[in-house]
Amino acid sequence: MTRAALSALLSHWRRHPLQLAMLLAGLALATALWSGVQALNAEARASYDRAGAFLAEADLARLEAPAGLIDQADYIALRRAGWQVSPVLEGRVDLGASRVTLLGVEPMTAPPGAVAADLTGADPVAFMSAPGQGFAAPETIRAVGDAPFELIEAPEVPVGQVLVDIGLAQALLGLEGQVGRLVLLPNQPLGLPPLNEIAPHLQRVDPETETDLAALTDSFHLNLTAFGLLAFAVGLFIVHAAVGLAFEQRRGVFRTMRALGLPLGRLMALLAAEMLIMGLLAGTVGLVLGYLVAGVLLPDVAATLRGLYGAPVSGTLQFRPAWAAAGLAMALAGVLVAGGQGLWQLARLPVLAPARPRAWARASGRGMRVQGVAATGLALLAGALVVIGDGLIAGFVLLAALLLAAALFVPLVLAAICALGERWARGPVAQWFWADGRQNLPRLSLALMALMLALAANIGVGTMVSSFRTTFVGWLDQRLVAEFYVTARTEAEAEALRAALAPRTDAVLPVWFAEATIAGLPARLYGTADHATFRDHWPLIAEAPGAWDRLAAGEGVMINEQLARAADLWPGDTVDLPGAGRLAVAGVYSDYGNPRAQVMLGIDAFLAAFPQAPRLSHAVRMDAAEVPALMADLQDDLGLPHTLMSDQAQAKAVSLQIFERTFVVTGALNILTLSVAALALFASLVTLSGMRLAQLAPLWALGLTRRRLAALDLARGMVLAGLTAVLALPVGLMLAQVLLAVINVQAFGWRLPMQVFPADWARLGAWALLAALVACALPALRLARSAPADLIRVFAHER
Amino acid sequence: MNARRALTRRGLLRLLAAGAALPGVARAQGFAGLGTTAEGFATPQRGRALVFPDDHGPHWAFRIEWWYLTAVLRGADGQEYGAQWTLFRSALAPEEGAGWDAPQLWMGHAGLTTATRHFSAERWARGGIGQAGVTAGPFRAWIDEWEMTGRAPEDADALDALRVVARGGDFGYRLEFDAEGPLVLQGDAGYSVKSPIGQASHYYSQPFYRVAGVLDLPEGPVEVTGHGWLDREWSSQPLQDDQEGWDWLSLIFDDGTRMMGFQLRGAEVFTSGTWIGPDGRATPLPHGALRFTALEEVQVAGRAVPVRWRVEWPEGGLAIETEPLNPQSWMATSFPYWEGPIRFSGSHAGRGYLEMTGY
Repeated sequence: MTRAALSALLSHWRRHPLQLAMLLAGLALATALWSGVQALNAEARASYDRAGAFLAEADLARLEAPAGLIDQADYIALRRAGWQVSPVLEGRVDLGASRVTLLGVEPMTAPPGAVAADLTGADPVAFMSAPGQGFAAPETIRAVGDAPFELIEAPEVPVGQVLVDIGLAQALLGLEGQVGRLVLLPNQPLGLPPLNEIAPHLQRVDPETETDLAALTDSFHLNLTAFGLLAFAVGLFIVHAAVGLAFEQRRGVFRTMRALGLPLGRLMALLAAEMLIMGLLAGTVGLVLGYLVAGVLLPDVAATLRGLYGAPVSGTLQFRPAWAAAGLAMALAGVLVAGGQGLWQLARLPVLAPARPRAWARASGRGMRVQGVAATGLALLAGALVVIGDGLIAGFVLLAALLLAAALFVPLVLAAICALGERWARGPVAQWFWADGRQNLPRLSLALMALMLALAANIGVGTMVSSFRTTFVGWLDQRLVAEFYVTARTEAEAEALRAALAPRTDAVLPVWFAEATIAGLPARLYGTADHATFRDHWPLIAEAPGAWDRLAAGEGVMINEQLARAADLWPGDTVDLPGAGRLAVAGVYSDYGNPRAQVMLGIDAFLAAFPQAPRLSHAVRMDAAEVPALMADLQDDLGLPHTLMSDQAQAKAVSLQIFERTFVVTGALNILTLSVAALALFASLVTLSGMRLAQLAPLWALGLTRRRLAALDLARGMVLAGLTAVLALPVGLMLAQVLLAVINVQAFGWRLPMQVFPADWARLGAWALLAALVACALPALRLARSAPADLIRVFAHER
Repeated sequence: MNARRALTRRGLLRLLAAGAALPGVARAQGFAGLGTTAEGFATPQRGRALVFPDDHGPHWAFRIEWWYLTAVLRGADGQEYGAQWTLFRSALAPEEGAGWDAPQLWMGHAGLTTATRHFSAERWARGGIGQAGVTAGPFRAWIDEWEMTGRAPEDADALDALRVVARGGDFGYRLEFDAEGPLVLQGDAGYSVKSPIGQASHYYSQPFYRVAGVLDLPEGPVEVTGHGWLDREWSSQPLQDDQEGWDWLSLIFDDGTRMMGFQLRGAEVFTSGTWIGPDGRATPLPHGALRFTALEEVQVAGRAVPVRWRVEWPEGGLAIETEPLNPQSWMATSFPYWEGPIRFSGSHAGRGYLEMTGY
């Protein structure tokens, strides 16, 4: 009996292969996008952890010089005083065909287990003696090609880094006699002399609780996750539609089987098993697809993260069982959510109820009203959250409520538009066009809602990314306004440097800073010269009158947005600065990408408060064309390594290049999400076309040609899709606003001004119409080519 | 002796491997150039006269070298202690070099033994950067803040008076060493043979130190006095391939006599020693003259180590049994070994130091 019942149930799918394909494709695509994004995130996070654990430094305190570099003599002095420290020197350098981060370590004093887990082929003698050895990930070695020393594959070394002996690192970076930081070993001997007796200019930095990388890159991963979730939701619409339709169409079968004696429990178990199998099948396919998607996108994601945040992310994807399990669970949960409603209805279906196939989820007036009430409720919730919501979770609830409300409103608004169209239409065909559109809305509503969500997500995320880009680029322009940046290694060298720069440049501005705790937050204080560079270009988001004059006079300070929001300090408030007393907040400036608090102080006030602060870094205003020559001269005359100089044009070009890589990823995800929505529309239209013959046959009998009917169907599909796209625009902009003004502020402490890009909307609208055209074309073609006999048969079978 | 501290091939491998902290470095082939042959390095020559103070300093042409100091000490309350201070040099190439490229590795060991506890610490350094080194005049040996600094007057031997400092995470000491006798050349005028087929090292000692100073123990500082013994040895490949461990001791008799003796355990046991009169007159004890018999093994760091010995020199009328101050005198360093103070009785009585490797 069970076997017969199963065969009867499955025969439905044999007769409706397209429906089956839609169901599986929808679920597989939804799973693919979701799990693909998750794979990207997991890979990136694993890379951060690897990077953190790589030198086993994550848990160790270290000594740093505020100016950046530490004289090797300080290292020796500390060791000779008993301090158990080990030097590390890190720096970017061109190696072979690639630019890499050199990680110079001293193996004899490195903390136990510090230099990675197991560097195969390590030979300390070869590592420490000329010409040396470098350990790097295989892809780094491929990118580098030829190096002046042996490169050995070590997959555990973060991508883009090369582990070398500290001596080799000094030579390659041109930093002989300098080290970057001193790692404090866990076991220090008894009775150490205090640090300030040996190297008072060094600072002890305790290990961070969370890696900076994780904090910095959170925004990026958050966006990816949001995208993945949206894509999954859109995919679920397809699944929901297909499963619901299958339940609807099999009502007769169910009733017959029940009448023949199949217990309800058995029937439900069979249907549940059917869905489970489909979930597993589609989920597996989805995982494979997701893995492929992630594999294709990972190099770009990795390049973005490397470039943007210096996060060493491997470009090679690894298979993680936990990820696969989570993806499959998502697929199963999805199919159960989609089929749960059908099962529930089946459980309440009286055996002898008429098997008249009703339109599934037919929009009765009451249904519409319920939907309207729900949508309004959600919209009100979203509105309330805008006013009273606080925190990241509230931000996400707001996002969800907003999107769901908008989606639920879609069929209502479209129905209203169709009703209006019907009223204004002239002629019976036009009236039928609108009335038929309204009649079929309930069947299409899920697909149209999915399309609307996909479009809104595209507009919202696209607007956010583009706004971020525009703002960031503008901000880069403002912040990196000096043509040339240079750092000296010692105070004496800095002195010589300033003397050498003075006659050849317009202005040499100090970039001198000290660390302090401001309003309970670790902050960096900068001494700022009074110069047009800052007055004209610095990006202020709030300022008191005469802000720059007050800064120059030492009466006020500028703080960055992060500090302003974290400590709720704005122009008009005062802030307590160690050594400088209580000063007014004269202005707040945007400081994207920096997780820490920052304060700008007039240079005189700064020097009075922090006379010990190193005076090594400088921003130089000059003719941009002269920069390369100046760099070459400084290298020759002062022996200044090129790693301590940076040409602003070059820096900016690199940043922009990185941004383009970011857009490759968002762009690809956008297109994929839209494809899923188009597929949903296609699925709905295909299933609808089979049922519509009964509605179209009378019109055909009245004299409308099949070609005309097909054209009208196509036109209606396009009109509905077009209207949906128009509706998606305000929703997308609201979404963008929430992302920029709520989510960003809660997650990262800065607010981005929204910028609109109508050209992008037009492009997206065209894509939506194209997708709708493709989705409508096949059913319309089928209608145009349907045999007259089929149409006549409608009347013969009329019930 | 040298063999005692001698870094056997395996020992050096282990030592460098562990110290270099490049995991997986314990690959023999990585050190093939270092362990197997002494190519490029000088070999000890019989008849080469030792010259002081120059020979107190490093011998860059040789592969391995050490400055090895032990002291048997006693507190005012009669409690016995032992202290060890050692600086090892091992070279990757026969030159001093400068900067990070210098082919010299330095390793320091410090030990402090009480009747119930044994403390040890280890330090590593690269040559060429000033973190560790030795200079002959004025005499100074150091690694990090550990020091063995000469404080002898100009006309005396540079090693006649030393100030020695070392510390670890839970102990430390500051000791002054003052020689009451001359330097003693081991073996044949400082040429010490280590195997039947003639491996050898250059080896001399200063066994006549009187010591005073302070030990820093977890309970607090303890003032101590006692006797000390310095060994200086350098070579390039002092051991035979099959020699995997040794038992070495220095004895300070109550009557002022000193004796050094060791056995190298291999396919065949090789023994050697020096009988040193109170005036410093040295009598070499050739292979086979000394007889070592293990009397009792105890479990130390998971292995069976013979901590009590009978040592006999029948021709000289010596027959003694040794007793460790602390049977658990285990140096938990990169290459671990047993090293601690002993007392002995029998035909003669006194105190001394015992070192055992390869267990």
